[in-house]
Amino acid sequence: MIPEDRPEPMRRVRTEILISTLLRVGVSLSAVLLVLGIVLTFVGHGSYLTSGKSLDHLTGASASFPHSLGSVIDGAVTGNGPSVVLIGLLVLVATPVVRVALSVLVFVLEHDRTFVAITLGVLSMLMLSFVLGKAGG
Amino acid sequence: VSPLVFVLVTLVISFGAGLLGSLLGLGGGIIVVPALTLLLGIDIRYAIGASIVSVIATSSGAATAYVREGLTNLRVAMFLELGTTAGALSGAFLAGIIDPHWLFVLFGLVLSYSALMMVRRRASSELPVPPDAWSDRLRLHSGYHDHAVGSVVEYRVSRSRVGLGLMYVAGTVSGLLGIGSGALKVPAMDLAMRLPIKVSTATSNFMIGVTAAASASVYFARGDINPFVAAPVALGVVSGSMLGARLLPKIRSSSVRTLFVVVLTIVAVQMLVKGLG
Repeated sequence: MIPEDRPEPMRRVRTEILISTLLRVGVSLSAVLLVLGIVLTFVGHGSYLTSGKSLDHLTGASASFPHSLGSVIDGAVTGNGPSVVLIGLLVLVATPVVRVALSVLVFVLEHDRTFVAITLGVLSMLMLSFVLGKAGG
Repeated sequence: VSPLVFVLVTLVISFGAGLLGSLLGLGGGIIVVPALTLLLGIDIRYAIGASIVSVIATSSGAATAYVREGLTNLRVAMFLELGTTAGALSGAFLAGIIDPHWLFVLFGLVLSYSALMMVRRRASSELPVPPDAWSDRLRLHSGYHDHAVGSVVEYRVSRSRVGLGLMYVAGTVSGLLGIGSGALKVPAMDLAMRLPIKVSTATSNFMIGVTAAASASVYFARGDINPFVAAPVALGVVSGSMLGARLLPKIRSSSVRTLFVVVLTIVAVQMLVKGLG
């Protein structure tokens, strides 16, 4: 007869592997997009390899690049390098948020009501800051 | 410099930032921001935008290994995230009301005091951990395999409510100043909650990504995240943090503590100079 609290270490390990795998997928996907985006940015711009003036064009205070979700997606579809980079960065930013959402699910499956409440609290405050950030920015 | 040289130099510097940040539970902004602005002449807006990305990159890059190794205490992290996210929200509201100059001074003093206490803690690490009913009920106590000593280190968590309060303060301060996300978290877990130093840095590393993700959307919408600056930073930091995560289990706890105190002192001095200058 196995005592009731026996499977707990097993479940804990499963949680850890789930979260670790999610983070790895997010980071890898983002890294691939970032490398692809940088390569695409360089393609067709031979001067980027040697000219110092091009850097100012890319990173100077007047540099232009998309900064709304719609324009980023539109650009990425057409293979625009900076847009692909930004998709990669958005994947990177989304990863910790998805991690919190996954944690809620894991604690639901574990019937750990206290931690369902805790992680839901964290998730809703995150969502609130996204909404407020949008409104303010 | 040409864009190609810029990408290569930024990759190397960010690798170092990711390595250090992942070992110490910090975001790496203390290296990324000065390197980009002073060395490479990048606009401060883009440097700060890139440093927010670097915090998330350090966090996710290293956490993959830390979580698997059991160095990150997931339950402690998720409990304390209640404090950091609530604090970040408050910080966003308070911005504009509080004069950041005095906050930099206050923050600098708090960090100096923390550094001093963390040096003293080394001698008292054998003291019994005060019991804490909340840590018992939330099942926060845990253990990890320490490769440096070759055995499992069991530990008990203390003063969880004090820790939660300190995380709220840490979240508010980093929401207001945009920096120092890990610098207050590690001392709070070390001094108040009595976690082993490696667990404190790994757990801080895990938490900083979430708060940074919340502010990253604001920076993105404002156009502060320049893809050509942020991409090499993110790639360098991710690879550096992956190496750091492989190293931390093998490094002796006393070395981690010493390194942390040194970096904390540098951050404290930077804060004081910023506030008084």
